[in-house]
Amino acid sequence: MKEKLSKPIIKDPWENLKEFTNARIALGSAGNAIPLKEVLQFKFAHAHSKDAITTELDMETLATEIQAWGYPIWEVKSQASDRLEYLKRPDLGRKLDPESEMMLKKSNKSLDIIFVLADGLSAGAVNQNALPLLQLLLPQLQGYSIGFVTATMARVALGDAIGSVLNAKFVALFIGERPGLSSPESMGIYTTYAPKMGLTDERRNCISNIHKNGLDHLQAASLVGYLIRQSFAKKISGVNIKINLKDLLED
Amino acid sequence: MPYSYTIQQHVYSFPDLKSVLAKASPFRTGDALAGLAAESNMERVAAQFVLSEIALKDFLNETIIPYEKDEVTRLIMDTHDAVAFQEISGFTVGDLRNWLLSHEVDSQKLTQISKALTSEMVAAVSKLMRNQDLISVAQKCEVITQFRNTIGKKGHLSVRLQPNHPTDDLRGIAASIVDGLLYGSGDAVIGINPVTDSVDIVGDQLKMMDEIRQRFDIPTQICVLSHLTTSLELLNKVPVDLVFQSIGGTEKTNASFGINLSMLKEAYDGALQLNRGTLGNNLMYFETGQGSSLSANAHWGVDQQTCEARAYAVARHFNPLLVNSVVGFIGPEYLYDGKQITRAGLEDHFCGKLMGLPMGMDVCYTNHAEADQDDMDNLLTLLGVAGCNFIMGVPGSDDVMLNYQSTSFHDALYVRKVLNKRPAPEFETWLHNMGILDDTGNRLAVEPSHRLLKNL
Repeated sequence: MKEKLSKPIIKDPWENLKEFTNARIALGSAGNAIPLKEVLQFKFAHAHSKDAITTELDMETLATEIQAWGYPIWEVKSQASDRLEYLKRPDLGRKLDPESEMMLKKSNKSLDIIFVLADGLSAGAVNQNALPLLQLLLPQLQGYSIGFVTATMARVALGDAIGSVLNAKFVALFIGERPGLSSPESMGIYTTYAPKMGLTDERRNCISNIHKNGLDHLQAASLVGYLIRQSFAKKISGVNIKINLKDLLED
Repeated sequence: MPYSYTIQQHVYSFPDLKSVLAKASPFRTGDALAGLAAESNMERVAAQFVLSEIALKDFLNETIIPYEKDEVTRLIMDTHDAVAFQEISGFTVGDLRNWLLSHEVDSQKLTQISKALTSEMVAAVSKLMRNQDLISVAQKCEVITQFRNTIGKKGHLSVRLQPNHPTDDLRGIAASIVDGLLYGSGDAVIGINPVTDSVDIVGDQLKMMDEIRQRFDIPTQICVLSHLTTSLELLNKVPVDLVFQSIGGTEKTNASFGINLSMLKEAYDGALQLNRGTLGNNLMYFETGQGSSLSANAHWGVDQQTCEARAYAVARHFNPLLVNSVVGFIGPEYLYDGKQITRAGLEDHFCGKLMGLPMGMDVCYTNHAEADQDDMDNLLTLLGVAGCNFIMGVPGSDDVMLNYQSTSFHDALYVRKVLNKRPAPEFETWLHNMGILDDTGNRLAVEPSHRLLKNL
């Protein structure tokens, strides 16, 4: 005979499964509800994520390091003037501020790959993940000419605007993703071959969830390297490139 | 055709039908972002007065996106049921609102006229309805679909078990599946959003889920919410129960998702041939959401709620098992706060149901929207009352892969309990047999030796 649940908090006897995931499993229950301790932990994580949205790119560290590696770097912003406008007007976050555009236009370098480091919705994610990932990725990219741009108040499509003004063949935009409760600092990478203004999602490839409990830097670097090689070989990006793991392993 | 309305000597003018629709919409940030929203509260009500007097017939004569330029418009016009329309052909939009609410109009009548209503008519009437109207009429609709179980019967509420994992780790996904099943979730579908849309990863996820389903003989279906082209590649190689796709309400929106109607048809026909459903053959799963057309720069000056209702015309063409709006996922630039998300959720559910769709809802929000768990509790409860077919079940509400909050397995138990709703009948029997729920819908104590916890 099974007993009806009677104690206020019933534990779930599968806490061992937490080893395999950071999802909120085996929470137990109070009636049908989540036990209070877990409810408060959730609220704390939500507060942390709300706060992550207002973090800022650490421009100084990023620029110093990238210049030390010997690459050119530009600093741009979008047309969104502050965080509230950024949140309500994504159209402005996709467009280059006129001064930034003028500055980029002065460049006469013709580069193969532009890496854009963008704040997005969690600048902290880019501060934490961009440099270590690049250290693993850049050695794979011998033979390509490469430049860097840091971008603030930026949306994903700003990468295409930057790439097209700089006449780059390929853009990889590193951007802070919407903060999640378990990953307030999660970075995504969007890649476009032959970037130009007005492209939509189907022309981009995306690697998301780069953070301490998600894709690690080595995995992410090998995926980006794979996308770069595929894009340059096929002269395309987006849904027409399928990531094939066997190819990736052999690559 | 231009419209105007005079209140207190002030003349409000609207150049065409789509501007009346946009300006009659309850305020949301997405329409303001698109430059389509009413410029004052007075103008909004004036637009609602105008809209209430527009004849339904006029919607068949004036397209809001050109027929020649948009295949969704062509689908809407070409599949309109002129015979069923006769009964309501003399109505204005306002008449339709009153008629839908009348006691004579029951489930059967609503089913009869669903194909007489175009997306634009349904969007229009929703704009004239208060939240309670949206709930009252939706509750009268009954849309039942079947694959391996029966979803959408009155008095039942199903759950999509959403076991996402940030690195697509199969053991991590399986852990969340077991957690959800032991909380009574998973009757709508066990459906993973993959991090990486690759044929190998998606294929392995499908094989793993099918093995769990078969080992425990679970009367449900599995799905990986990959791009349609990935599912097509996998159709004859691994177990594909349902074909998933995100869809929108204009041809250009769908192009931004990398699909079109003929690709949807190819996938639908391909999956039908597999003949994997045991009770029925509804096998498409669609997700939608207000704002996708604006986000893809593909809205043609049409407000986001009308674009959303147009996506439902795409969905109903393929007899789906499941359709849900991911209402709060898109962010504050489209739906700013709990109030706007709640309204949109009720609109989407109502419009989908009225058009004959097996409508569920991802009751959700992101961390950059002004919303929290209390807003979700409210919307979940309202949708439960409205008769929503299914909701999401995410461990502890926290999707650790998509970085947003949806409803939890616990939330599903809550809403079933307070509204006296039950799981899909076949799945409910399975839950009893597995010692997970008792006859009253309460959870039973699970022993460490439970079958689901062994050999994982």
